[in-house]
Parts: sequence; structure tokens; C-alpha cells
Amino acid sequence: MRNIGIIAWKEFRQYFGSPIAYFLSIVIFLFLGIVFALDLVQTMSNTYSAQVLEGTVVLGPLLTLVLFATPAITMKLLAEERGQGTLELLLTAPVRDAELVVGKWLGAALFAAVILALTWVYPVFLQAITKPNGIDQGPLVSAYIVLFLLVGALLAVGVGISSLFSNATAAFFASLVVSLGLWVSGLVTSTLSYMGSMGGTSLWGTVMQYMDFTSHFYNTAYAGRLDLTDIVYYVSIIVLSLFFATRVIESKRWR
Amino acid sequence: MIQVTNLTKWYGLRKAIDGLNFHAKKGEIVGFLGPNGAGKTTTMRILTAYMPPSEGRAIVAGYDVVEESLEVRRRVGYLPETVPLYADMTVLDYLDFMAAMRHLPNADQCVDEAIQRVNLEDRVESYIGNLSKGMRQRVGLAQAVLHKPEVLILDEPTIGLDPAQVVEIRAFIRELGADHTVLLSTHILSEAQQICNRVLIINKGHIVAEDRPENLQARLAGAERITIELAGDTEGAETTIAGVKGVLTVEPMGNGVFEIEITPGKEIRPAIVRALTRAGQDVVEVHSQGVDLEQIFLELTRSDDKSKGKRTSRQQKE
Repeated sequence: MRNIGIIAWKEFRQYFGSPIAYFLSIVIFLFLGIVFALDLVQTMSNTYSAQVLEGTVVLGPLLTLVLFATPAITMKLLAEERGQGTLELLLTAPVRDAELVVGKWLGAALFAAVILALTWVYPVFLQAITKPNGIDQGPLVSAYIVLFLLVGALLAVGVGISSLFSNATAAFFASLVVSLGLWVSGLVTSTLSYMGSMGGTSLWGTVMQYMDFTSHFYNTAYAGRLDLTDIVYYVSIIVLSLFFATRVIESKRWR
Repeated sequence: MIQVTNLTKWYGLRKAIDGLNFHAKKGEIVGFLGPNGAGKTTTMRILTAYMPPSEGRAIVAGYDVVEESLEVRRRVGYLPETVPLYADMTVLDYLDFMAAMRHLPNADQCVDEAIQRVNLEDRVESYIGNLSKGMRQRVGLAQAVLHKPEVLILDEPTIGLDPAQVVEIRAFIRELGADHTVLLSTHILSEAQQICNRVLIINKGHIVAEDRPENLQARLAGAERITIELAGDTEGAETTIAGVKGVLTVEPMGNGVFEIEITPGKEIRPAIVRALTRAGQDVVEVHSQGVDLEQIFLELTRSDDKSKGKRTSRQQKE
């Protein structure tokens, strides 16, 4: 356990010394800022409708950004270690392979958590300007809890992919493809079930629906409902991906 | 400290090392000598529990590298061939990280000591990416000795360094031998001779020779060569030289130059010169080529085609 913390802390610190991290934060906050400002102006100028800005207003665009940001966060975690030979150092240090993998993931998750936490400025700002009524805080809390798990799942997938490569760029694109695949699978299932070819009642349809990556966020947490199914779903992706990465590291020792 | 029995490693269909047997005692510096691709790095990676062997057993510091790999890793310091460093960390951060990974109770003190041992006091705040090759090698060594390991495994520790740095690192390794068991690999013969108590010559995954460097030298050498240059008429010089006790062969090279093979370890150059002078020859130069270890090393490590190659070259001459 202590080893996990040591590795995670080292990774977390290294993010703040790397240009990728700053570039990511700038892109995310610039983009979110623009979206937020436009939404705000639109709502305020539209005096006839009773539309109110939700606290979750930035979460839609944030989700899309996260899809591209997580491969960038995880790409070098194991691939670069392998590429520059430092993996040999870690694998001959008294650390279990699983501790190494979980530590790497945790470091990335901590960094992502900092960025996610900073996006609270928008709801806080909304809260401040919509006094005395304020915004609906329920969906905000549930959405952020599940969003964090969703990001954790994407990061775990990225760690798994990173373990396969010895080049960070290759790991980035491979993770992006897999993440996009998870994303798109939701579109496919929803389209298919819409066309009626696999109704929600058939076993396949239910399975495919359960596998859908984004609906576990949008259908429940985003609407203010915290569902155990969603939490189990994302946590199992995390566990499976990290288990996969550990096995990859172990198996590569043999070659 | 290190006990290796019948160690074998397959990479796919290729056998990288084949039934290695050797040992290293406490406080011994053992040199692993061989050409590139002989299996040195593979053996070291097995001993540091980086990869498991295909067959055989290796016991390091009293623990099996496969079954008790974490125990082995706690007791081994390892400097891989490509020094594993993070370019974007400072020397101090890097060593602190390694000390933390090894759960050293007095981490700060260990880091300070390691830095002192490799003379890096004035570069502790530098980013590793900005250090020279020699400095990086020292950081790598500092990392390896950080936890005062019982066994130190150094893979080509002097490769790519300038001569002054080579001397420095060699002296440091000799110093380490006092309280660590050191296994180091090299393909430089004289290096093994200078640093090691015992040398293992490995080729194509087999140990082809194992002894103390001085014994190895005597055993392998067989003969020492000297060249003598004479001025003027050299008629009869060949027989004169051949008559000196200890001379094995004499070969005239033309222009008054003779190549002489002598029994190693005996100083008979004065005797040769005296005999020649007495015979009325003028000696202008005596040059000792010493033991041609490089040549012997090449022959040993290319044993497969050694006998064949020799015969054909002789035949061509005749």
C-alpha cells in the first residue's frame, strides 16, 4: 500500500513539471470558459423564456474534452518508462507489479481530480449570481461523483494500453481509439434499439445497454440520480483494466 | 552471496544463456567478460529478478530469484546498461524517490551518503537531463548503492565514459568491493583484470573460462612476445637468439627485425641482448609486446571456428 502511495505521489508531482499537463489545463479551461460565457449570455439575453442555467452546464463539453485529455494524461505512464529503460529500475525495485500499476493510475487520477475540482468555479459562480434562489445542487453532486469514476475508468483503460507500448505517442493514439470505441458503442446500441432490431426487452439489448459507456453517466447521475449500477460499472472497468495492465507487465518480464 | 546452478534462458527459439554455473562469495568482485550478445545482460537481469530463468536456479543473498523475488530485490543494487534515470527530476528528487521505494528508515542520511560516495555534492539540485554522461553514470551508481545492498550488479559500468571518468568509476568499484559482493560485466579485458578478483569469460551463453585474472592470464597466454631490431649484418642472429634459454620461437621479419616468443613471467631480455652483443650484433631496439590477452580472448570467445580458422591461415601461408 505504501508503495502505491509513493509511486502515485511521484507521478502526481511529475505532472506539474510537464508541459502536457499545463497545455491540457489551458485547453480545458479555455474551452469550458467560452462555452460557459456563451451559455450565460444567451440565457440572460433571452428574457422571454424561463430557462435557468443548470449547475451542470459545463459537464457536457467537459465530458467530450475528457475523452481526448485522458489518453494524453496516461500515455507516458508505462510506455515512457519502458521506452527510456526506467521500467527496469521499477521492476527490480522491491515493488509488486500490481502496486506499480495501481500507483501509476492513482497518480493520474489525482491529477485529473485536481482539474475536475477546478471546474467547480462555474457552478460556484452561478450560485453566486443566482442568489437568493441558487442552483439545484443535487445533480451537481451526483454528476461529479460519477464523472470522477468515468474519468477514472478512462484513465485505467489508458494505463492498460500504455503498458503495451514503449512509445508514448503510440500509446496516446491507441488509448484514444479504445476510448472512442467505448464512446461510440453507446451510439450504436441506442441507434440499434431505436430501429427496433434489438428491443430493450431482449437479452442482447439489455447487455448492450449495460455495456454502454456514456449512458451510465447521462441517464442517471447527470439527471441527479445516483445509481449503484453505474458505480459498479465504472469501478469494474477500472479493476479490469488495471488487472490487464498488471498481467501485461508480468508477461513482458518473460520476454 | 550469489549461487547460480544450471541457469538457462530461452528467447523464443534462441538460447541466450545455456546452463550457467557459477558463484560469488561475500566481498568478492567478479567480472563477467564476454563479447556483446554473449548473455551477460540476460544473466544479470535474472539475478536482479527482472526476468525469470527458463530453467535452473539462482540464489542471491540467500533468496531464490523466482520464489522470493521481493526479498532478492531488497538486497540487490542494480545498475542496468542503459542507466535508468528520469530526465525531468533533480538528482536529489530521484534519489529521494528511490529511497522511498526501498522504505529506508533513515532515507535522508542514506541519500546524503550515496551522494558523497559518488562525489555529486555540487550537482544535487541539477536536473538529470542536464547532466553529462559521466555524471549520469554516477547518479545511477548512487541509486545502486543507496540502500547498502549485500550484492551489487553493475552492467557495463564504464561504457561510454571518457578515460578520466573510467579511472574514477573503476576506483569506486574497487572500493565497493570492500563491503559488497560485486558482479560486473564488461567487454574490456584490461578492465576485468584491473578491478576483479575473479573473471568469468562467457560466450554464446556458455562460461568458457573462470579463474583469477592473473592465473587466467598465465593459463591463456602460453607465450609472451618481444621484438628485437638489429642493425647491420644479421647473419647468424637467429641461431644466437634461439640458443638463449627461455626462447620458444624466433621469426625473422626482415630489415633486421626478429619476433621472439618467450616463456611468460621470466625476464630474459637482458640475456638475449647479452648473447647478441657477444656474437657481435648491434641491438638498436628491444620492445616487449607483453601478453597478447586481447588475441587470446578473441580466440577463446570464438572457439567455434578457432581451430578451423588457424589451420586454413597456416595452409595459405605454406
